[in-house]
Amino acid sequence: MKITRFNSIHKKLNAKLVEFAGFEMPIQYKGGIIHEHNVVREKVGVFDVSHMGEFEVRGADALPFLQYLTLNDVSKLSEGHIQYSAMCFEDGGIVDDFLVYHMGDYYMLVVNGANIDKDWEWVNKIAKKFDVQLKDTSDEYNLLAVQGPESLKTIQKLTDTNLSEIESYHFKIGKVAGIETIISRTGYTGELGFELYFKGNEADAEKVWNELFKAGEEFGIEPAGLGARDTLRMEKGYCLYGNDIDETTNPIEAGLGWITKFNKGEFVASEVLAKIKADKPSRNLVGILTNVERFIPRHGYKIFSGEKEIGVVTSGNISPSLNKPIAIGYVAAEFKAPGTDIEIEARGKKFPATVTKMPFLA
Amino acid sequence: MNFPENLKYSTDHEWVKVEGNIAVIGVTDHAQSELGDIAYVDIAEDTTTLTANEVFGTIEAVKAVSDLVAPVSGKVVAINESLNDDPAVVNDDPYGKGWMVKVEMSNPAELDELMDAAAYKNMIG
Repeated sequence: MKITRFNSIHKKLNAKLVEFAGFEMPIQYKGGIIHEHNVVREKVGVFDVSHMGEFEVRGADALPFLQYLTLNDVSKLSEGHIQYSAMCFEDGGIVDDFLVYHMGDYYMLVVNGANIDKDWEWVNKIAKKFDVQLKDTSDEYNLLAVQGPESLKTIQKLTDTNLSEIESYHFKIGKVAGIETIISRTGYTGELGFELYFKGNEADAEKVWNELFKAGEEFGIEPAGLGARDTLRMEKGYCLYGNDIDETTNPIEAGLGWITKFNKGEFVASEVLAKIKADKPSRNLVGILTNVERFIPRHGYKIFSGEKEIGVVTSGNISPSLNKPIAIGYVAAEFKAPGTDIEIEARGKKFPATVTKMPFLA
Repeated sequence: MNFPENLKYSTDHEWVKVEGNIAVIGVTDHAQSELGDIAYVDIAEDTTTLTANEVFGTIEAVKAVSDLVAPVSGKVVAINESLNDDPAVVNDDPYGKGWMVKVEMSNPAELDELMDAAAYKNMIG
């Protein structure tokens, strides 16, 4: 199992460590998932997400290559700008979802940690037809997500870069705690937040962590684990690769039509996806609320309408902010309208639920 | 982690406190710690009897769902309804306010199948 350069800090903090994406990662610290969730919504929390992968794309064909590889329109990106995107196999199944950074003279893709090997193979396969140079820099970068309403004030104490000038889905390169950092106004929580990419050894990583916690002390900063990251993203209706989207799902049914830009020209699976869009997908990813007490829908539970199996739950948990269960899942297209009554099967019983709009938390 | 000496423990991470012929049942400190924040304890209100080794309810925690498995058989004499409003007491006080159900034991010999604190501690490692 791999470790990040914050591993000894996690251990010192008595984090509960689990294997995730081949790394030993904290699922929660001593406060627990609900507490950490609330810290991010109300104050500021810090996630170690160094398991994420980073690929650099250089060369004369970098733009046409990314236009062909990815779903979104990379020509719309300018330097300092970030785009949410995804890539598909030829059959339209999703390889991964990721962020594309326009770094000036190159592009950076930030991919899911669990998918680094698969993505690297696919990206290289597609790259054969293009004049590009690819580099996997995943092991070089440390990545901290500093998220919550007090995140800006916390980081601002450690950098000369004016953070309030960085708009959502933009970044600047500056020094944070004396270390060159890609300061990216992104996150996976729906809160004001920044993701800090920086290279360096364990001592550098610990320096940034410690300085952040010193700076954020007055705001109530706390570490947050993957458990809170999951409930935070779920409330906002963000897809999680491996749960809500994977190789067996396509972007149209997953509600990612908004990043699938057919007018940019041909790309991998563009014809397949255009046909799915024209024919309307046979199932759709929807939000689900339960109508019964003391039941939480979970990944893999089957969805029914009467005796007919019509879908499956892909994510579910208690929403700490709303204090009620929320879930995401696929249902057959005829059941996708908000307000449609469905049932979720668990432990041999069926629990009533209703299709609802996402996000759960505005 | 805390495992009181005066309790009996099951392989399903439940504890039993014997008070005469009444068994008070809850989940162990280890169980609540593994489950993390407990969102709901679901024991059907019309539950009248427990049968040893059979499921009598579920614990919905933020990390996972877990069955409650009866450590002993008997007639249910009380269900801790305060857990409906405040399930987090199972995290805070698993052996006290976090108790779940009280039964009048129909076969106290079943207690012999349970572990003492030392054996339970040994089992969870």
